[in-house]
Amino acid sequence: MTRYILTRVMLAIPTLLLALAAIFFLVRLIPGDPAQLMLGDVDDPAALARIRQELALDQPLPVQFGHWLLQLLRGDLGQSITLDSPVSDLLLPSFAVTASLVVPAVVVAALIAIPAGVVAGWKQNTRLDVAVMTLATLALSIPSFWLGLMFLLVFGVYLNLLPVVGYVSPLEDVWQGLSYLVLPVMSLALIEAGVLIRLVRASTIEVLGLDYIAHARAKGLTEAAVIVRHVLPNAMAPTWTMIGLTLGGLLGGAVVTETVFSLPGLGRLMVESVFARDYPVIQGCMVIVTVAYVSVNLLTEITYPIFSPGARDA
Amino acid sequence: MREGRWMTITRQPNAIAGGVLILIMLFGAILGAVHTPYDPIAVDFFHRLTPPAPEHWLGTDEWGRDVLSRLLAGAVVSVGIAGVTALIATSLGALIGATAGFLGGWFDKVVIALMDALLAFPALIMALALVAIFSSSAFTPIIALSVAYLPSVVRVVRASVLVLRRSDFVDASMVMGNSRAITLLRHILPNTVAPVIVLATSLFGWALLAESALSFLGLGTPPPASSWGGMLSDSRNYFADAPWLAVAPGLALSLSLLGVNLFGDALRDLLDPRMQKP
Repeated sequence: MTRYILTRVMLAIPTLLLALAAIFFLVRLIPGDPAQLMLGDVDDPAALARIRQELALDQPLPVQFGHWLLQLLRGDLGQSITLDSPVSDLLLPSFAVTASLVVPAVVVAALIAIPAGVVAGWKQNTRLDVAVMTLATLALSIPSFWLGLMFLLVFGVYLNLLPVVGYVSPLEDVWQGLSYLVLPVMSLALIEAGVLIRLVRASTIEVLGLDYIAHARAKGLTEAAVIVRHVLPNAMAPTWTMIGLTLGGLLGGAVVTETVFSLPGLGRLMVESVFARDYPVIQGCMVIVTVAYVSVNLLTEITYPIFSPGARDA
Repeated sequence: MREGRWMTITRQPNAIAGGVLILIMLFGAILGAVHTPYDPIAVDFFHRLTPPAPEHWLGTDEWGRDVLSRLLAGAVVSVGIAGVTALIATSLGALIGATAGFLGGWFDKVVIALMDALLAFPALIMALALVAIFSSSAFTPIIALSVAYLPSVVRVVRASVLVLRRSDFVDASMVMGNSRAITLLRHILPNTVAPVIVLATSLFGWALLAESALSFLGLGTPPPASSWGGMLSDSRNYFADAPWLAVAPGLALSLSLLGVNLFGDALRDLLDPRMQKP
């Protein structure tokens, strides 16, 4: 097991390094002096010289990249051009907001999708299956930001049940914080559930066709026991991977939902930095999104053998 | 055999529904390019925010512009960008994936490492970064999304080439004295078409969604040209008074995506034997 984990970690490192290199060089692609870019439209020779030294601009490119990596490890992502604050101080609270949106959304999606998908696969080609699959296809065809807008229209404007836009941290005021998160979480969760249901159903059907299920049935196990004890755990393996991919992708990709509900998340921060051409913040956002994506996938892979013990030895 | 398969696709209600929705979307895009009931960017202050009525089927927006005309003009942009993106990502990805799978060795290793690194960026984040560098135009989302979707195509094509490389007809082509390039182009690539078509359909859907998302964020198609995402974004300011502004473009986008998904599923059942129902 330790060896399996170590292999996975070793495999993730080059991916992460390459992705970080891409982020580093992307900003270097912009024409002009990188130091001036990082400083913004300010005429300040002293600051310029300081940044030039911070970026090690007098050194060759690979050395600059190494230097940048070392600073990353120290948590130093530079200084925001427009917001007068270190980039890292901006990223952490934004990341917390995004996580408080995305993690519950993925949990809710899984709680909907796993039972619905298993039942649909178990009752394949029945009316129930067709109904579940139709709903799932409908759900995954609706853009989450439009669903969010419609939720706002119905629950916020017409029914006046929930606050329309804004954010209160659930850590400060639990109920108020949650009331601001219900609609964004639901609009993300329903759509992701659509994707997951189809996958769970397909894996369930595949597992149901295997010999050991026939064996379990022949032993005289009740159908419910067959499903819960034999089908569900095996159908979970690909689902688990997909949940990881979804979570990793959403940590950076919930931009539009954050915009609809005016949540001060990571995506929102990145969009505002793009408008402001605040390159240090853009770079910082990309770093944290990439690190989050690679780490979540690594965690998914490390925990994968829980569902599929055979994978450990492969 | 082929015709038999097409018969099965035309008998599936889902496939038909998907096909009809796609045809409506394409018809809308073509109509939008040729003729719209009103000028989509003409301002008319006497008819601001009028609800749907016989003169304006889908109402007018805050500038008095006809929503239906803007929807049609937006279809040209959204469908066009998504189509070109799917085309570029698919052809470039197929070429890279096939070469990597066929040649193997260090080239293959480098390609796979690069693609894994690319996968670490969500498509929208990649697009945002490129917009920050190249500023927003119709081309930026096309380039950004093509790059973002490249890895999925490369992986699929590479995987099927790895299988095909060991097949008899490839050996036969090499024995006949064909060069590796000819063998690859004439004998291997045509056999990867089926999974690539299925993937291209999904890519089109993803690109349509991503382009709308970018425009919604104000970083896609620059105004006053209309785009579905931009219309949705503008609608938020008149939410309570003019809900039709938010409903029309969202429905157009959702129905197009539904069509692509339904048709894509049917295509997958038809072309991908692995996924075929028993």
